[in-house]
Amino acid sequence: MKYLGIPLEKPKVAFFGFTGCEGCQLQIANKEETLADLLGAVEVMSFRLISSDKDDGYDIAFVEGSITTEGEVERLKKIRAQAKILVAIGACACLGGVNNLRSRFPLDETIQEVYGNHVIESGPVRKLSEVVTVDYELPGCPISKAEFEWLVRHVIVGVIPQLPQYPVCVECKQRIKTCVFDMGIMCMGPVTRAGCNAICPSNHMGCWGCRGAVDEANFESFIEILRERGFAEREIAERANFFNAFSGVDVIPQLEG
Amino acid sequence: MTNILEKPIDIHVEHIARVEGHGNIKIGIEDGKLTECTWEVVETPRFFEMMFKGLSIEMAPLLAARVCGICSISHALTAARAAERALNIQVPETAQKIRLLAKHAETLQSHVLHLFFLVAPDFLNVGSVIPILSSHPHIVQIATQLKGYANRASDLLAGRTSHPMVFKVGGLTQVPRKRQLKNLLNELEENIPYLEQAIEIFKGLSMPDFERETEFVSLKGQDRYPFIGGDLVSSDGIRMGEDEYQAMTNEYMVDISTSKWCKLSRDSFAVGALARFNNNYELLHPKAIELAEEIGLKPGSHNPFFHNLAQLVECVHVVYESKDMLTELIDSDTSAFMASYEVHAGEGVGALEAPRGILYHHFQIDDEGKIVKANCVIPTGQNHANIHHDLHKLVPELAAQGEIEAEISKRAQMLVRAYDPCISCSVH
Ligand code: SF4
Ligand code: SF4
Ligand code: SF4
Ligand SMILES: [Fe+2]
Repeated sequence: MKYLGIPLEKPKVAFFGFTGCEGCQLQIANKEETLADLLGAVEVMSFRLISSDKDDGYDIAFVEGSITTEGEVERLKKIRAQAKILVAIGACACLGGVNNLRSRFPLDETIQEVYGNHVIESGPVRKLSEVVTVDYELPGCPISKAEFEWLVRHVIVGVIPQLPQYPVCVECKQRIKTCVFDMGIMCMGPVTRAGCNAICPSNHMGCWGCRGAVDEANFESFIEILRERGFAEREIAERANFFNAFSGVDVIPQLEG
Repeated sequence: MTNILEKPIDIHVEHIARVEGHGNIKIGIEDGKLTECTWEVVETPRFFEMMFKGLSIEMAPLLAARVCGICSISHALTAARAAERALNIQVPETAQKIRLLAKHAETLQSHVLHLFFLVAPDFLNVGSVIPILSSHPHIVQIATQLKGYANRASDLLAGRTSHPMVFKVGGLTQVPRKRQLKNLLNELEENIPYLEQAIEIFKGLSMPDFERETEFVSLKGQDRYPFIGGDLVSSDGIRMGEDEYQAMTNEYMVDISTSKWCKLSRDSFAVGALARFNNNYELLHPKAIELAEEIGLKPGSHNPFFHNLAQLVECVHVVYESKDMLTELIDSDTSAFMASYEVHAGEGVGALEAPRGILYHHFQIDDEGKIVKANCVIPTGQNHANIHHDLHKLVPELAAQGEIEAEISKRAQMLVRAYDPCISCSVH
């Protein structure tokens, strides 16, 4: 492979899944139209979802899912030790994602609810960056294949991928869609990082913030506007906490159990 | 004849590849005896039943989708159905049709992914689809075409291929325009030749010869092949209502699995394409029956490897039924797609045939519409015990035939793969 006439070595990549739904890895396997191109640009060393060939000599690791057990901590640390670049893919890996909804309850109560007195190992829900150093984060639930390819192109040529610095609303307006607020639907678009082409508002569903908070969002006035528009505290809490995208923002109401 | 059973065998497949999620196969043979033979599930639990707690019932389809990236449309629709049954909501006909069409798209994309990307490499003796891209590009081309259609159908009907946002409790957020439906129908028709080619390829593969008498559980169709809701049926003669799913699944815990196991009349039962096929054969689209006859797949098949063939037959069924439904929809009034309803306390069960088998969601809600209790029983969770028991019959048979360790390992993995297990989904 060449870039500006300079031969480039194919980066050796590997994919790993932790606590999640494998929906992010599936996006990568799913768009066959460009699979051949992608495979022309990288060498896949390990991708258990689609391949039984595996080789630990990878340089770039794409990691999906949250970390919830000690075994997973160990596995992730090993991956970190091998990979030159570690990329967290998806809301579970970047934010904790929906997994975090169970953090509202004590762990023993949670295990009891699902497994009774059966012994099951689990622990708190952690995003990858709470366990190891993460080089890049690719947000979304699920990630978008196009953005994944964009990130891969950057990593191949050694350019730092910069995610959009503006909110979902900007993309939404480019698509000239009716604002869902005018339909009485709440939307986290004004405070969420763009890059998904406003896919939820385009389908008449408000944004839930799966891509995480946009830099310099003004949460105080946003939450104020939501209240003025008559949205209930519980409704705000459910939407804003669904993907754990805005944790640490203290003006956001807590979601109770 | 030397009996290979006398040679020690020690197979440990950690995190079997080309399946969704994390599971291990362990096989040991010593002094001619089977010392170990387990299908072990080591996926970490996510505790979805707890995640639902305290959320508004309107959130159920969105959260349920995240149980599984491959069959998220099924999960969202099952949760919506459970909620609608709890709140006595009658979903408008247009919404029901769009939902079924979206489900057909998911079934097609899931079955094609399984057959071409996960199963085909075993028959071509390679580790993945990657070498097939250069060795048999036409095979990948067929899969690409069919999945391309299924992906675009999901995008249009569900919002996207994974984690749909269009399915709301009560109906849909929107319906596609007639022009979009017409384009989709055209695209479907253009892809029928690729379906024919897919059939040709899989017709030529001979499935391993193995049988174990099995109880098959699925929905029972009334006048059409079942996908969304209806009675539950077993090939051992049990029939129950949707609400009685717990008596149909009998979940219990085992030490070798973080997923629960299930049983009904025997030690285990099977769900999925072959169960649906066996229990509802006469309701398949005539084109699908034609194919089944041609490949010699008959109702009452007890070879688990025939799951693959039943999936192929179902691909034909969903493509032709989608064609009929799209045509019908284009000629009908699609303006009513959302039911109005009031939230009240209640309890509801939704049963649905996900690509890998029958799936249940169950919610109890309080008078404000908050979920107070949730339960999910997953297709692969119902298959684990059956996979385990199949292995117990398959492995000694192979060993007695004198197969070498590598072949036993490969065949055991192919058996697990035939069930198309979705392991992280089963643990949820
Ligand atoms: S981020 Fe979403 S799609 Fe990705 S693994 Fe987590 S739940 Fe699945
Ligand atoms: S629908 Fe959401 S993303 Fe679009 S403009 Fe309105 S608030 Fe912004
Ligand atoms: S609109 Fe919001 S919830 Fe939807 S994909 Fe974009 S960031 Fe995620
Ligand atoms: Fe469950």
